[in-house]
Amino acid sequence: MRITTPHQDFTRGIWRENPVLIQMLGLCPALAVTNTVANSIAMGLATFFVLIGSSLLVSLSKRFIPNEVRISTFILIIATFVTIADMSLEAVVPDIHKALGAFIALIVVNCMILGRQEAFASKRPVGRSLLDALGTGVGFIIAMLMMGTVREVLGNGTILGFSVFGSNYEPWVIFILPPGGFFTIGFILLGLNYVQSRRKPKQLVAELTGDGKAGRAA
Amino acid sequence: MSGEDRTIGVESAVPAGQKEVPPWRLVSTLGTAGALAGFLIVFVFVATEPSIKAHKALVLRQAIQEVLKGPASFDTLFVYDGALTEELPAGQDPESTDQIYVGFGDDGSQVGFAMVAAEPGFQDIIQLIFGYEAASQRVIGMKVLESLETPGLGDKIEKDQSFVSEFDGVTSPLLGVKTGRATGDEHEIDMITGATISSRAVIKIINNAIERYRPLIAAHNGGGAQ
Repeated sequence: MRITTPHQDFTRGIWRENPVLIQMLGLCPALAVTNTVANSIAMGLATFFVLIGSSLLVSLSKRFIPNEVRISTFILIIATFVTIADMSLEAVVPDIHKALGAFIALIVVNCMILGRQEAFASKRPVGRSLLDALGTGVGFIIAMLMMGTVREVLGNGTILGFSVFGSNYEPWVIFILPPGGFFTIGFILLGLNYVQSRRKPKQLVAELTGDGKAGRAA
Repeated sequence: MSGEDRTIGVESAVPAGQKEVPPWRLVSTLGTAGALAGFLIVFVFVATEPSIKAHKALVLRQAIQEVLKGPASFDTLFVYDGALTEELPAGQDPESTDQIYVGFGDDGSQVGFAMVAAEPGFQDIIQLIFGYEAASQRVIGMKVLESLETPGLGDKIEKDQSFVSEFDGVTSPLLGVKTGRATGDEHEIDMITGATISSRAVIKIINNAIERYRPLIAAHNGGGAQ
């Protein structure tokens, strides 16, 4: 197992191993409820809450959970936090709860959350698990925001309901419809991969010739 | 865990050679987790239920005001035993009984009935409320309460004010016509281009509800209010 520092536990989920953009997990909500920025934020925060709560509890109780029933216990813990988030959202922000619809309940089956429990929280100390959950949660919110901003601006001409282009803008309705979700994630991934593929050779050259680290190691 | 001292959290979750866990431990782990989860959920449910219910009631009250065009007051009528009644017999749960609402003007005269009705639309059930004036058989207002129609197309049934205002004072039974084919008939509703199925569903829901409740309303007005 790779040794990681606490700092790495936190930061890697935010960008380098972003759950949506790099690991390709949790794509269902990222496509389904990112048609406005407000929905993206609410979904991101709900998922964030569930992830933190589950990671904390799984990490605390890992000693008591026999290996044979670990997945069912994780799911039970996740489902409990999802139900709590569902009821709280309905009580506090009913309009957003109505807009998110069934997707709150579907956080239970978000692979990203179960993945963090199985791969991290069930094997690491509580503090590290919390850092990991925080980083992954922030990464998820960032990905949701990227999707939501692009889709609301293009599809509705607004950000958080405020007009961006003025009244003469003819919205591309397709971007707030399901196909727009696929277009948006497609173009974001295309851009990311393009940047990465350009950077890799440069980094390699820099390491081989530049500061000589690679040379010393060899 | 088995008495042996093992390092937690370094290797994979299944260390080789670990003793088999007895079945009762599996059952008791899941049982305990389930009981704790249930306890937590009940706690949150009790804490959030009042504000959830209050919000739903508020939304309904506002909708009744809107579709009856601001009545001075309104009463709830229960549909019980094939008639409209203001009071339910003891033992009948008011929340599980169908309700319609009757609004009154400043002088105490009846302005109309508000009815909630739901039927399938394009994507899912459309639930709406509409006001109905019994004497002239006119619909006096319509508001969609819940729908999952296509954003930008089908959701115009609630967001397009020119469509919603078509229902202010149209005579039942309603008849949907395509844009530009209107003849000025008092039964006509201009349907939305690109949302034909959703528009048609709204018209059908209202027509069916009026048909269902008209005999009840006639009996209510004929027997009690005269």
